Amino acid sequence: MSAPQWKNPIVRWIDYRMPIFTLIHHDLVDYPTPRNLNYWWNFGSLAGFLLVVMIVTGVMLAMHYTPHVDLAFVSVERIMRDVNYGWLIRYLHMNGGSMFFLVVYIHVFRGLYYGSYKAPRELLWMLGVVILILMMATAFMGYVLPWGQMSFWAATVITNLFSAFPVVGESVVHWLWGGFSVDNPTLNRFFSLHYLLPFVIFGLVFLHLWALHTHKSNNPLGIDVKGPQDTIPFHPYYTAKDMFGMAVLLLVYLAFVFFAPNFFTEPDNYIPADPMVTPHQIVPEWYLLPFYAILRAVPNKLGGVVLMFASILILFVLPWLDTSKVKSARFRPIYKQLFWILVVDCIALGWVGANRPEGVYIVIGRIATAYYFVHFLILVPLVGWLERPRPLPESIGAPVLGGGGAAVGATPKPMEKA
Amino acid sequence: MAEHTSSGGPTLEEGGETRRDFLYLATGAMAAAGTVIAIWPFIDFMNPSRDVLALSTADVDLSPIEVGQAITVTWRGKPVFVRRRTAVEIESAANVNLADLPDPQPDSARVKKPEWLIQIGICTHLGCIPLGQRPGDPRGDYGGWFCPCHGSHYDTSGRIRKGPAPRNLDLPPYQFVDDGRIRIG
Ligand code: HEM
Ligand code: FES
Repeated sequence: MSAPQWKNPIVRWIDYRMPIFTLIHHDLVDYPTPRNLNYWWNFGSLAGFLLVVMIVTGVMLAMHYTPHVDLAFVSVERIMRDVNYGWLIRYLHMNGGSMFFLVVYIHVFRGLYYGSYKAPRELLWMLGVVILILMMATAFMGYVLPWGQMSFWAATVITNLFSAFPVVGESVVHWLWGGFSVDNPTLNRFFSLHYLLPFVIFGLVFLHLWALHTHKSNNPLGIDVKGPQDTIPFHPYYTAKDMFGMAVLLLVYLAFVFFAPNFFTEPDNYIPADPMVTPHQIVPEWYLLPFYAILRAVPNKLGGVVLMFASILILFVLPWLDTSKVKSARFRPIYKQLFWILVVDCIALGWVGANRPEGVYIVIGRIATAYYFVHFLILVPLVGWLERPRPLPESIGAPVLGGGGAAVGATPKPMEKA
Repeated sequence: MAEHTSSGGPTLEEGGETRRDFLYLATGAMAAAGTVIAIWPFIDFMNPSRDVLALSTADVDLSPIEVGQAITVTWRGKPVFVRRRTAVEIESAANVNLADLPDPQPDSARVKKPEWLIQIGICTHLGCIPLGQRPGDPRGDYGGWFCPCHGSHYDTSGRIRKGPAPRNLDLPPYQFVDDGRIRIG
């Protein structure tokens, strides 16, 4: 691709000094994208859109929110009742959080299915995991801000996780609280960090995209682009497709905002925080339930905490745990089944996390937790060796443009850059 | 891009309109209208909220104020000057050649009852609060109020006489509830 010639003299003047228009042209217009991306590739841009929605609605809410234990709850109620469109902005932010996690989880499972974490996209993947961890921290601290019963007890329970660490545990918890219990200093720092982290995520998304644009998108076939016949320009093809996806997302998102705004939340959070009374059942937001289930699966306090953190950290080393050279699960008959079992396993963990740890839930929780780790630590490395992949197509363009097609011999082609 | 977009579409006539142009414009117009509508709640969110609007009246009991005294009350977060003027002050406010005023306005247009002058105590220059409410305050060359920020002089009717302020002190809406009480707002 040649650098575009800018006709507008102002554009040309700026571009000569800082080639921002050329950059946009290369990365959003001309940008060569595999011609075969399916709708699962919409979720990255949807996540980016939701990040912007969260930042905009959050900055607005902060204009009317007061981070003080005596005023936080009433200031939120005031937003709901007295501030113009306060209910709308708050519900957009609340449900936007759930939509964001939904979209990002689909984005991550897309990566797991199509092997997008494999070389040369390991760093892209790892940046994604860092983003995911920061998202969880941000969401947790945001949940504390309304200072309802769920807020208070979530803050208490989650910060107490750190007390599991031997020797330093207690000091760490007091440090997190800025006192001897969850109180005003805790609320203040959570507000400060909840405001900060989305901008850190924003920066990381740019690194994520930088890494993405270095080796470009993977695709449903998981084979490399061989030349211009395998790609189409990002604009108008994927801009139009991304816009369509955004319209569908908005339909779902706004349906919740307008017709079931409290679908994802606990009614107890409309009771002001009371440090003397714990609600009958405390559960985190749905998107943290699987991790909560892992935490409770282990009868040992430290063990539960360690396993919970490990369940996310394990994703960092996934690119090296997976020994298969074939990326896409389309050509990996066994891995494909394991993938779907993992999906069911994670949903089961979420379901266990939503229920009291009693009877059958304890058993299922333990089995599901064990399976989660078995999947990544044993099955993924092993299947990479044992599985016999289906033959890979000649190229991305071949099946559509004719010439070649699929089935060329029974042995898989070695990946070029593997 | 034409070589990509035209494949399978209608043949493009030179300069003619196509179905695609129409769809493109219609989509763009819908998106633009939708965006504008979506932005409104975000703007209105920053307007005064209902609890703030609910604070928009203030009742003032006038009975404790002696002739020559002034009090400052708060209405919508702003100071309101309530002054019970002396006969001399009323007199000097009335006997002014309107042509001499930067912002000509007869005293009668600024009061409901000549004894009671009720005005917003914010200098119309850049928003300071003029001096003259307390007994020891400087009251400027015209015996009314004096703004220390950039030296605006107001007369006993609160009209600007000298200095950078462009307008007389603003008047809040108010009514006499009865002889001894007013409601501002
Ligand atoms: C704030 C959250 C995130 C945003 C805004 C974001 C944004 C994007 C965008 C715009 C793309 C390109 C479009 C696409 O392939 O869907 C992308 C690709 C990718 N993302 Fe993310 N992402 C986020 C979180 C994550 C997370 C949590 C992970 C994994 C743990 C991840 C892993 C990847 C990978 C591996 C790719 C390349 C996919 C491929 O080409 O097949 N991302 N991301
Ligand atoms: S603000 Fe009063 S004179 Fe400038």
